[in-house]
Amino acid sequence: MAEGIILAVKIAIAVLFVLNLAGLLTWAERRQSAFMQDRLGPNRANVFGVTLIGLLHPVADGIKMMMKEDFVPAGADRIVHTLAPFIALFPAFVAFAVIPFGDRLPIFGYEVNLVVSEINVGLLFVVAVMSLAIFGVFLGGWASNNKWSLLGALRSAAQMISYEVTLGLTIIGVLMVYQSLRLDEIVRAQGDLLFGFIPKWGIVTQPLGFLLFFAAAMAETKRTPFDLPEGESEIVAGYFLEYSGMKWGMFFMGEFAEIVVIAGVVTSLFLGGWQIPWVSTAALLSVFPGWLVALIQIGVFSVKVVILCWLQLTVRWTLPRFRYDQLMRLGWKMLLPISLANIFVTGAVILLIQHFKGV
Amino acid sequence: MADLTKELHTQCMTLQMGPSHPAMHGTVKLLVDVDGEEIHIVKPEVGYLHRGFEKMCENSTYHQVTPFTDRLNYVSPFINNVGYALAVEKLLGIDVPERCKYLRVLACEISRITDHLTCLGASGMELAAFTVLLYSIEAREWMWELVEALCGARLTTTWTRIGGVAYDMPEGFEQKTHQELDKVKRLIDDISGLLVKNRIFYDRMRDTGVLTADECLAYGVTGPCLRAAGVYYDVRKAKPYLVYDRMDFEVPLGKHGDNYDKFMVRVIEMQQSIRIIEQVLDQIPDGPISVDDPKITLPPKEKVYTSIEALVHHFNIIIKGIRPPKGEVYVAVEGGNGELGFYVVSDGSDKPWKCRCRGPCFPIVQAIPKMLEGSMIADVIPTFGMVNMIGGEMDR
Repeated sequence: MAEGIILAVKIAIAVLFVLNLAGLLTWAERRQSAFMQDRLGPNRANVFGVTLIGLLHPVADGIKMMMKEDFVPAGADRIVHTLAPFIALFPAFVAFAVIPFGDRLPIFGYEVNLVVSEINVGLLFVVAVMSLAIFGVFLGGWASNNKWSLLGALRSAAQMISYEVTLGLTIIGVLMVYQSLRLDEIVRAQGDLLFGFIPKWGIVTQPLGFLLFFAAAMAETKRTPFDLPEGESEIVAGYFLEYSGMKWGMFFMGEFAEIVVIAGVVTSLFLGGWQIPWVSTAALLSVFPGWLVALIQIGVFSVKVVILCWLQLTVRWTLPRFRYDQLMRLGWKMLLPISLANIFVTGAVILLIQHFKGV
Repeated sequence: MADLTKELHTQCMTLQMGPSHPAMHGTVKLLVDVDGEEIHIVKPEVGYLHRGFEKMCENSTYHQVTPFTDRLNYVSPFINNVGYALAVEKLLGIDVPERCKYLRVLACEISRITDHLTCLGASGMELAAFTVLLYSIEAREWMWELVEALCGARLTTTWTRIGGVAYDMPEGFEQKTHQELDKVKRLIDDISGLLVKNRIFYDRMRDTGVLTADECLAYGVTGPCLRAAGVYYDVRKAKPYLVYDRMDFEVPLGKHGDNYDKFMVRVIEMQQSIRIIEQVLDQIPDGPISVDDPKITLPPKEKVYTSIEALVHHFNIIIKGIRPPKGEVYVAVEGGNGELGFYVVSDGSDKPWKCRCRGPCFPIVQAIPKMLEGSMIADVIPTFGMVNMIGGEMDR
């Protein structure tokens, strides 16, 4: 019984985290881009004059999308057309199940591991589930019976598959360093110190891996500079051209949820997850009660995720878009060889360390 | 294994790019035959914005044509105004006062900056660099405030009159211009800072939409597109009009004739235009702003209300118009996109017998297939952006 309640609470935390942050990001994106472009951004939606610095806009948008006509073009495959946004949306939420937002803590007498699902292939699970999002995009573009959508679908399939290779290969470097596929184990291992003073975060042990993973992950989210499947000025809106109302909203939410999940994965792999540098969980527990430590760790994790989200938005509003062949060249001819080299260098360094330690 | 390519039958997909397509600003349609991402055939279809400019001119008096010219290239209306006024003045055989010439140069260069800012900003946005658009729109806003100060309107300026200009600079205009030019300079630096050395931007622009010098000349392409191919032709230098021969400015030239060169030519031209405006403000003499000939220019309003002669002249010009001697002239000015020519034929009546406008966009749009065939869909965007087709000017 208690197990079930704990699990339900953890699921609620994870889902609400993604959902709320994704909703907030729609506001943050418009607000941030506005400030980058010397504008004010959304600030008008209000309830009895209360605008909350534009925070009501996501709500207004949601209501608007619900009320809009749900249009299915003539000749479209109705079932697939309806199914596609769901397929595009759900992987982001599912993938969050293995991302830890706190250590294993004693809370009100129960030993709670602050991760929804303790799968021993956690990292593979993330990659596997995230790659399912292709189907939503691809089927949506295919089922719309529109030439632009078809082009968008083709682009997205090629792009997401290409960058998944890099994504997978950079993870191997992390695996070699931390010797685990479980994200909670990886985060726990990042609490150690290198040479006694540098936190053993992924970004320190795998700096190249961090850059490669972040770039490839941004390509997976299909946002500028990697928004070729959407390419609003080239192929109008690409794969979701024929979507309206809440179905379009689901693609949109899926995109923002992916931003959050990618920020979560990058935080867990490279930025020490919920770890506070130089402060271990044991040290925290000796001062605060368990539930407060849990809150602190969730807070630290959230801050890191928000910073990474901010970084993704900044990149999105700064860079222009790639061309199809240039994107492929970047993926296959540059990122892939570098990620392979990263694996070899990591392996060599690990062997050297073992050699000198005399293991 | 059998040759698979022979077994598979593929055919090109025809895409209707436009007239309502996010990148086809200015209503034009490109019929594009694509094989996957590769473009095989491009056919531009023009005429969506045809308003019968030339026919309208034939049914209007010479003064009444000026407002029509605002709507030719609607991002740089001053240049059209000036071009038309120069043509009719040549037909009349009159020369405008010095101050008027300087004012016209000032207005033309302000317009050139707005034109280029629009072009660069829009192309940036279409390459998904949305921030660039808003920077350039902000800079353009500063320039449009100057336009507004000069003539009261932002787009439909109708500022020139045959034989002069409608209004002189308002008070404090010089100081305001200096201030706003400084802001614009900073924004131009910001825009080029975001794009010029950006690797993604460079890759998108370099070696796409190439038009060599020979091809440019064969198609009759002028303006930044021609200069990007390395041909030294700028009407302001080749056939100086107004006071351009007294101005110290440079004409930037490209080497490859690709989109990147076209972009850079425009950026440098804006900086040169700022130089010209500063020189104009230094050199501008005092004096009248219109020729003192009541048969040609409208008398000032306060005189119309107080003296009978002025009232009669006003009535005559409005009702009967002016009657240039029989003849034909061609006058070209350097517009935002190239040589903007007006060919006016007079049969001695109060209306032009023919008023042909040679817009720079038409030849460039004609050359679009040459620039695009064999490239990729994504290349349509920067190429079309750098062509900077203005519907009002091309379809007239």
